[in-house]
Amino acid sequence: MPKLTINGRELDAPQGVNLIQAAEMLGIEIPHYCYHPGLSVVGNCRMCLVEVERAPKLQIACNTKVAEGMVVRTESPRVKTAQAAVLEFLLINHPIDCPVCDQAGECKLQDYYMDYDRKPSRFPLGKKNKKGKALDIGSDIMLDQERCILCARCTRFFDEVTHTSELAIFERGDHCVVDTYPGRRVDNRYACNVVDICPVGALTEKDFRFRMRVWYLHRAPSVCSACARGCAIDIDHHRGRIYRYKPRYNPNVNRWWICDEGRHSFTAVQREHRLTQPLVQAADRFAAESWEAALARAAEKIRRCSQDYGPNAVGALVGAQATNEEIFALKRFLSRTIGSTSVGGVSFSSADARPGDTFLIRADKNPNTRGLSALGLALDGLASLAFAAGQGELKVLIVLRADPARALGRAGFMRALGALEHLILLDVSASQTASFAGQVLPIAAHPELDGSFTNFEGWVQRLHRAFDPPKQARGALELIGALEKTLDGIESDYSAPAVFADMARAEAAFHGLSLEGLAHHGARLNGVAV
Amino acid sequence: MERILSRWVDIPDLRRIEVYEAHGGYQAWRKVLTEMTPAALIDEVKAANLRGRGGAAFPTGTKWGFIPRDSQKPVYVCCNADESEPGTFGNRYQLENDPHGVIEGLLICCRAVNAHVGYIYLRGEFALQKRRVDEALAQARARGYVGRNVLGANFDVEIYTHRGAGAYICGEETALLESLEGKRGYPRNRPPFPAIHGAFGCPTVVNNVETLSNLPHIIARGAQWYRGIGPAASPGPKLFCLSGHLNRPGLYELPMGFPLKNMIYDEHLGGGILNGKKLKAVIPGGSSFPVFTADEALKVNMDFDSVRAAGSLMGTGGVIVMHEDTCMVDALRTIANFYHHESCGQCTPCREGCGWIEKLLIDLEAGRGEAADLDKLIDIADNMEGNTICVLADSLAMPVRSFVRKFKEEFVEHVRRRRCPYRFERGYAGAAPRDAPPFPPTEAGAAS
Ligand SMILES: Cc1cc2nc3c(=O)[nH]c(=O)nc-3n(C[C@H](O)[C@H](O)[C@H](O)COP(=O)(O)O)c2cc1C
Ligand code: SF4
Ligand code: SF4
Ligand code: SF4
Ligand code: FES
Repeated sequence: MPKLTINGRELDAPQGVNLIQAAEMLGIEIPHYCYHPGLSVVGNCRMCLVEVERAPKLQIACNTKVAEGMVVRTESPRVKTAQAAVLEFLLINHPIDCPVCDQAGECKLQDYYMDYDRKPSRFPLGKKNKKGKALDIGSDIMLDQERCILCARCTRFFDEVTHTSELAIFERGDHCVVDTYPGRRVDNRYACNVVDICPVGALTEKDFRFRMRVWYLHRAPSVCSACARGCAIDIDHHRGRIYRYKPRYNPNVNRWWICDEGRHSFTAVQREHRLTQPLVQAADRFAAESWEAALARAAEKIRRCSQDYGPNAVGALVGAQATNEEIFALKRFLSRTIGSTSVGGVSFSSADARPGDTFLIRADKNPNTRGLSALGLALDGLASLAFAAGQGELKVLIVLRADPARALGRAGFMRALGALEHLILLDVSASQTASFAGQVLPIAAHPELDGSFTNFEGWVQRLHRAFDPPKQARGALELIGALEKTLDGIESDYSAPAVFADMARAEAAFHGLSLEGLAHHGARLNGVAV
Repeated sequence: MERILSRWVDIPDLRRIEVYEAHGGYQAWRKVLTEMTPAALIDEVKAANLRGRGGAAFPTGTKWGFIPRDSQKPVYVCCNADESEPGTFGNRYQLENDPHGVIEGLLICCRAVNAHVGYIYLRGEFALQKRRVDEALAQARARGYVGRNVLGANFDVEIYTHRGAGAYICGEETALLESLEGKRGYPRNRPPFPAIHGAFGCPTVVNNVETLSNLPHIIARGAQWYRGIGPAASPGPKLFCLSGHLNRPGLYELPMGFPLKNMIYDEHLGGGILNGKKLKAVIPGGSSFPVFTADEALKVNMDFDSVRAAGSLMGTGGVIVMHEDTCMVDALRTIANFYHHESCGQCTPCREGCGWIEKLLIDLEAGRGEAADLDKLIDIADNMEGNTICVLADSLAMPVRSFVRKFKEEFVEHVRRRRCPYRFERGYAGAAPRDAPPFPPTEAGAAS
């Protein structure tokens, strides 16, 4: 641990970190554009120049590793002059179209200009170099070459992270432009990451362009539900609508990145696609009813079946889209309230789902398959429940975030589960199984949930509720709690932290964990080799 | 004075190996392999005080000493034949007329640092020069000077030539290495330095053509002899490239420390100023360094330390002479145009600063400038210098500051009169022809 001094403050820094990282440990910001912890150091923006004692020239902090006895100044007059100069240089050919630029509000050029320059331009507007604007370069990204500050983050991403090298810098000097190779386009399942790491508005997402000013957005840390990797994300939302998912750094799971499919997976849970009130089916027609009526109906079916045919006549099928807490709560509800052991899991990815790869994307399109098995639910639950139904032993089935009719096909579903008396479906939108359901109960989607997922490597990560579910949709935990109360009058705490705490007590794999303890980077299941 | 580096002037057909051998060629190489240890070789070059001719004047023996002795990785040597500095054309004649002299120097360097592969990186336009070097290499290979178990001394060495794609920046040693590796010619951040992390991530020496061509002579005649030529701290023969407004521009071999005044005026050298005009300014080392006024130029001796003491740098020894009718604003504009065009564009101050400076100078020359532009020019130069990855930015900053400070009244006059006085009153036609030579050059067009 070399000891060094930054702005007069001493610090023991870990060997091998650079001055930007070391300063950050002291809460000192060294402004930088090209440096990104996930990419190689190119040292081209020169924004991070600092004074290092005994070095005659200013040094770039990104390429300077901490060393014993080093004395660094980040706010000396020389440094300030250099910072203002770099900003002036960056801005002379910059179009400054902030009023129509999506990046405005989260733009490092704007931010650093306010923090480190604030001087009027000495360069005439009419002499700026002209370059390409609003170029559709493929995938879901648009390029504005005039706004580009040539930090080479995007090119390094494609060179070093995806090893596909779709983008390069062409020409020389102030004619340099980022571009694709002649006749080629970006076609990459991770392309939008370059939009995130672009420090300015040069790369924007087609999907997000001109949709929302970023300062209106609120942010909730969560987990992507589009595959078994479960990348850490931030949900950026405004008034109950999601505007974008952004990757959130988690060294254990996805580092700084997410895939484009995951990034755009939120469209399915926007309000317009949702179930918003409890429905009951009678003679092939669905009718809305109140929650009281729906709960009473469900409880009545459950009670009557378990009395007539025994507790195991009531079962549950839990999809790998359910959170750990939901899986645990439903399992416990069956055993504690009903005394049934007829519970199974299902983790279904459709045959036309895009294949996995060696980077982030998994073939399993469910975020919590590992959670199902860690909580003791067999993944072939559909087969055993179908067998029981076929034998006439299973009469009522609660289906949570699963779509057996899709997994089996309509005919297959009829063969497997056609003998059921009553199917209670808990889901966010109308699935294929809905048409077979006696009752459909609308529940909250992932962005509206507190809870956790367990990824395929056993990392348990937390989801935070971004906003409330639409209209009458309710959290599945709340719903299970309400059913329990209706059936046996017991009222217990069904908040996610409480259920998690119960789960940690009851389930070996979760011993010692807590929802709060998952913090930003999650925690590993017990018994998983680290 | 005896011609050493430019022996070809006196020895016809020196580029043929029989002729080269007849004049002592490859004897130094033989001596190095059979009589000297690498350590003794490095000591000899250190003792000779040989300093790099590529522009930075770094002591060659010291540079070699940075190469790790027991490197686990292979070591490489690159001969820098990218010669693109304005006003600089000595390497070109050496490669055309004395390729064996360069090859022998490169071989000696390989031995010193225990490199078994040497590269000669030639600028893109050097088609003829590459052919000449390739021919010479084939001859040397046939005679057993290059290849396996050279001269029975149990030392393998191979040499490859590589032509760049035509960029000034690829002469900068780390950009050269990138280009050699097949990448875009971007200078690298240092550390790490090429001596540790050079070509293909291995320890590498980069030396200029002229630097290397001194080696056979140092080995053949000894460090003592070498140090006796010119000032002991900056000794040796030097190829000076005289260009600009001279009666006899051309390539001249002179001892280090030769007075600039004599270079310009001696009748067997520069032969005086064109049309009997008065001298106005000289840039002593290619375009990248501070300009001398006539008074300064006439006092200075041309060796690394003397030129530095006089406030400029000797760089490549490309002496650019300007007479009294030269518009200094336009001369600087031409220089800025070059650096603007050649900046690799990697780092912000250079990428943006070079273009900004050129735009300001275009306006000043056209009579559209403002008084504040002079300070602005200095300010931009200050903000560029020392803040970039390589020194190309400094190479424009230095001329800018010196031109504006030393010829301030000319700049002021352009602003005050809203025109270029030289263009309008003295028939000045601009500093440089606008038409670039064809690329690649034809053999017929290249002098030999
Ligand atoms: C922009 C730039 C261009 C350069 N061009 C050349 C060149 O064409 N030839 C050369 O020998 N050195 C050139 N140099 C200097 C090299 O970086 C390096 O210092 C030199 O090759 C070392 O050789 P030496 O020690 O033998 O002088 C250039 C440097 C800069 C910054
Ligand atoms: S990139 Fe930043 S500074 Fe440039 S137009 Fe967009 S918001 Fe403004
Ligand atoms: S497009 Fe963005 S990330 Fe890419 S070089 Fe330009 S500024 Fe950097
Ligand atoms: S100083 Fe200029 S030439 Fe050198 S690396 Fe930076 S941009 Fe390229
Ligand atoms: S962050 Fe250090 S040079 Fe860009």
